[in-house]
Amino acid sequence: MRRALSRLLPYVRESRRAFIIGVGCIFVASVMQLASPWVLKYAIDGLISGASRGCLAGYALAMLGLAVVDGGFRYLMRKHLIGASRTIEYALRNDYFAHLQRLPLGYFQSTRTGDLMSRATNDLSAVRMMIGPAVMYFASTALGFVIALAVMFSIDARLAWIALLPMPIVSVATRYFGKAIHDRFERIQAQLADMSAVVQESLSGVRVVRAYRQEDTEIARFRRSNDEYVARNRGLIRLQAAFYPSLTFCFGVSSLIVLWMGGRDVMAGTMTLGSFVAFLRYLVMLSWPMIAFGWVINIAQRGLASWGRMIEILDTAPAIDDRDARPDALADGVKGDVEFRQLSFRYPPRAGEGADDAAPMLADISCTIAAGQTVAIIGPTGSGKSTLVQLLPRLHDPAPGTLFVDGIDVREIPLARLRGAIGVVPQEPFLFSDSLAGNILFGFDPVRDRARVDAAAHAAGLDADLSSFPDGYQTVVGERGITLSGGQKQRTAIARAVAADPRILILDDALSAVDTQTEETILRRLREVRRGRTCLIVAHRISTVRDADMILVLDSGRVVERGTHDELVRRAGLYARMDQQQRLEDELAAS
Amino acid sequence: MSGPQDDVIGKAYDARLMRRLLVYLRPHLPAVAVAFVVIVAGALVELAQPWLTQRAIDTYIAQKDVDGLRWIATVFFGLLVANFVFEYVQTVVMQTIGQKIMRAIRLEVYGHLQKLDLAFYDRNPVGRMMTRVTTDVDALNDLFASGVVTVFGDVLALVGIITAMLWMNWRLALVAFVVLPGILAATQWFRTNVRESYRQVRGLVAKINAFLQEHLTGMSTVQLFRQESNAFERFDRINRDHRDANIASIFYYALFYPIIETMAALSAALIIWIGGGWAGDGVVSIGVLVAFLQYARRFFQPISDLSEKFNILQAAMAASERIFTVLDTPVAITNPTNPPHPNPTRPVIEFDHVWFSYVDADGEPQWVLKDVSFVVQPGQRIGIVGATGSGKTTILSLLMRFYDVQRGRILVDGVDIREMDLAMLRGTFGLVLQDVHLFAGSVASNIRLGRDDIADEAVAAAARAVHADAFIGRLSQGYATEVAERGATLSVGQKQLLSFARALAFEPRVLVLDEATSSVDTATEALIEDALKVMMQHRTVVAIAHRLSTIQDMDRILVLHKGELRESGTHQELLALRGLYFRLYELSRVRENIGS
Ligand SMILES: Nc1ncnc2c1ncn2[C@@H]1O[C@H](COP(=O)(O)OP(=O)(O)OP(=O)(O)O)[C@@H](O)[C@H]1O
Ligand SMILES: Nc1ncnc2c1ncn2[C@@H]1O[C@H](COP(=O)(O)OP(=O)(O)OP(=O)(O)O)[C@@H](O)[C@H]1O
Ligand SMILES: [Mg+2]
Ligand SMILES: [Mg+2]
Repeated sequence: MRRALSRLLPYVRESRRAFIIGVGCIFVASVMQLASPWVLKYAIDGLISGASRGCLAGYALAMLGLAVVDGGFRYLMRKHLIGASRTIEYALRNDYFAHLQRLPLGYFQSTRTGDLMSRATNDLSAVRMMIGPAVMYFASTALGFVIALAVMFSIDARLAWIALLPMPIVSVATRYFGKAIHDRFERIQAQLADMSAVVQESLSGVRVVRAYRQEDTEIARFRRSNDEYVARNRGLIRLQAAFYPSLTFCFGVSSLIVLWMGGRDVMAGTMTLGSFVAFLRYLVMLSWPMIAFGWVINIAQRGLASWGRMIEILDTAPAIDDRDARPDALADGVKGDVEFRQLSFRYPPRAGEGADDAAPMLADISCTIAAGQTVAIIGPTGSGKSTLVQLLPRLHDPAPGTLFVDGIDVREIPLARLRGAIGVVPQEPFLFSDSLAGNILFGFDPVRDRARVDAAAHAAGLDADLSSFPDGYQTVVGERGITLSGGQKQRTAIARAVAADPRILILDDALSAVDTQTEETILRRLREVRRGRTCLIVAHRISTVRDADMILVLDSGRVVERGTHDELVRRAGLYARMDQQQRLEDELAAS
Repeated sequence: MSGPQDDVIGKAYDARLMRRLLVYLRPHLPAVAVAFVVIVAGALVELAQPWLTQRAIDTYIAQKDVDGLRWIATVFFGLLVANFVFEYVQTVVMQTIGQKIMRAIRLEVYGHLQKLDLAFYDRNPVGRMMTRVTTDVDALNDLFASGVVTVFGDVLALVGIITAMLWMNWRLALVAFVVLPGILAATQWFRTNVRESYRQVRGLVAKINAFLQEHLTGMSTVQLFRQESNAFERFDRINRDHRDANIASIFYYALFYPIIETMAALSAALIIWIGGGWAGDGVVSIGVLVAFLQYARRFFQPISDLSEKFNILQAAMAASERIFTVLDTPVAITNPTNPPHPNPTRPVIEFDHVWFSYVDADGEPQWVLKDVSFVVQPGQRIGIVGATGSGKTTILSLLMRFYDVQRGRILVDGVDIREMDLAMLRGTFGLVLQDVHLFAGSVASNIRLGRDDIADEAVAAAARAVHADAFIGRLSQGYATEVAERGATLSVGQKQLLSFARALAFEPRVLVLDEATSSVDTATEALIEDALKVMMQHRTVVAIAHRLSTIQDMDRILVLHKGELRESGTHQELLALRGLYFRLYELSRVRENIGS
């Protein structure tokens, strides 16, 4: 817990001015508030003793003045303390997102999106409550507590000690309840994250849900999560419901003891009735801080639980980063030579699998690609083609000494430089809810220029569909490009990669959703784009890969054949069989 | 990512919202009554404590009556225990009501989301809808858990005190009430402003969620194009707006409470000043004046409590506006009340002069399908070909009634699908979508989805038919292997095979395939085709494909061009036409044969 809090410290330090001012305001405001009953007392005394009108007006003005000053300081207190908590919340959320941006693909494949989102909103808001309101209430009641206690001691120290007798019990109870609140709230937040994930998944798969009439199944799934969430909340409610009154109870017991002991003292004549009454009045003043204290504990424990959940993410070290990078590697541009040197790769084991359970996904792959060459990769479903090309931009990390660009291990090239030289069309294109032009110019910073959009769209064959977009390239597409056809999405992704003007272009089955004619057009135009660039093309169709400089045939993670189209056809292996089959299909059609 | 909905929301009338929220309280009225009784009892017990202390001092301690003191102490202890019990019961009852109501609202919103049509999801980001179901509903917690019932208590106290004051001295009471218009004005000021900033806050929370959900799912694209700093800047902007909107709301309530307090002080000052004058003139007695000053303080206690609740109320209103906006979104695709019986003698599918457009541009529909008509007889196998963007997927979406047609009609089994039971309609088809979607869960559960009646053998048979069994067998736990969200740990082809298997496992009358094997290698594709020929012998198939080879032996092929149905017939008939299809065919032949 201390460690968790110390992680918050830098943020608090950043806003320390606001905290100091805020607490200072609390101090002044509390004094004002304590002073106003005194003025009222004098006013009443004055009324009884028949003070002059002017004198009464003075009291009235004094009361009003105190209230105005008190209000002013309370305003400043809120503004600074709560304002600071909002500023910290903002900084935390930014840092959280920035951290997520450093985590690799593998992390997002093993984590639920809804869970990550829930931490960024629901957990963060609990953390903010701890930093802002809890601190504010604690500070504003602490002073009253201390003053009341001091006065009580000055009236009768023995009685004051007696009044404090139940305090050890309070502290034990607080510790017990605090821990329990912490644990239960943690489980609640975990469940809330689960619920978010359920909603996220089901809504993003809405077409499947509708097509397969899974609405009721989804509702049932949600209901389970919802019920569990409420059940966990009710556990916390029972705890909280016992916590607050138990503080009140302890306090009541101490009043009772004072009443009893003090009463005996007064009867015995060791204490005057007057000081006894005064003592009791101050004892009452302790009750509000006690209640506020319980509230603060509750909020702080919730905040800590949530902060722990956020730290969990913030402490995940990025598995892929610049730790082995040399800043000067390829500093003056990338040429585009690529070499795989006995590369083997295995995915981290899934949950419930031993480390050695999984056979390597890629085994012993060696291949040298000169800058400007086009290499095609072909092979059955699941043979590791995507995995292979994803290693190049280090979406997954290759082992050291197995993958080189321009003769330098990719792990030694700064990530930004490496990725800047590579343009990828992923097998499943991801578009953002932005305009088409915005999506195309995505990998390219300067002011959006039309010419580049037009050129890239032309190369990708997207220009043919221009007339079907209501606002041309300014048409805003839905989330994930939902308002585009499959082929339009894919071509936008191609245009995006082309617009980035990369040295190395990777097309991962990037023509699977376009018709033959469009495919032909794109391939023809890409020939232009490919000139002078290294190109890796993954495909299932012979027609797509035929004119590559080299074709790798992948099967179960191994290169089983390699060579040009003609060489491979002559070899009469897997490739030749594929070629024959695809040709046969077309022959059949002709008959 | 930011639709108009996040910014402008109709300024719904508070009272109407409130009434609507209170409806959710109705099933819990007995519990509310219990809570109310307990609250009153608790208040009485609390009042009794000072009174007991008073008695102890005045009667027993002053008269040195130890037995009396012991008796008082015993009663006092009893009250403490009672207080504990009352407070416990009150919290449990109230908070539980709050939780139950939120559970009900969440379920209602989610249930409604499951009914809304696809066009709604085209417009609304998933993250925004997640916010409605989770955080927006949570913003109602305080309202039900601590607001509604205790407000009654405060109002009651207020009425009591006002009556007492008027009864004691109405003139002095009026002096004390002089500040009321000020309080009302302050409240009004607070209400309008804070409500506005809460509205903004809720909208921005939704934006944060929408942004996160989009960028977390697309993180690798951001990273590949090194757009981290760009994305971060955009996030920062939303995040900053969120902070500023919140800080703006601090301004209002940081000022509101002091204003109320100052009004209270003003009232007391007036009583001292004016009342003091009247006392000098003998109009009121000093005793009344002193009592009045004490009452005036009590008078402001509930007002100040109420203003606290007011804050809760405003937050709840801002959230409930958004929730109700979702609930009030009409379900465009509804289930008819009296679906007519299907006519088995009619064709399975008929498109009758169908026109369809997704969006209007300048009030003009942008037709994606123009006057499309065709008929599919039972047992027929139909292929649809056409350039990308020509409207093939749209035809299937209309068939599934994801959208409703603007002109013309679609009949299934001789019934207009708008008059057909939705579940029955969709149950007729087994659809393999162009964009594969898998859920987090096991491989088997992704094939059978919620249909527990599909046996393990049937799941395995479907997987075998699409030759997915080979790779499933290699997974560590076979069919029980957990698949990540969206199937992220499978290859794209493998995902496609699973979603194909899903369609087969449901044993639909009509199999509808949208590029179902586009990411599968050609060998497997051919094997699947053979398997399908056996499995789907007497079933109807509608298949979209880009590769003519996959559909050439279909009973009929429809050729779509820019939303129009240009040609239709068997492969041979179409070739003989020497039109679009012929050209497509020639092209693919030429390409396959280059170099041989
Ligand atoms: N949800 C939508 N909202 C608006 N426009 C859409 C939507 N879905 C598709 N469109 C547009 O309608 C047209 C036809 O799209 P459709 O998906 O039917 O094409 P398709 O023939 O399936 O193409 P492909 O072969 O590329 O999948 C395209 O121009 C597309 O941009
Ligand atoms: N993140 C991952 N974690 C674990 N296993 C994975 C992961 N991604 C892919 N795999 C497995 O690795 C194998 C190769 O996947 P990959 O995506 O490279 O295949 P592919 O050759 O691209 O196939 P396709 O032609 O279907 O696209 C598959 O068996 C797949 O299940
Ligand atoms: Mg792949
Ligand atoms: Mg399509």
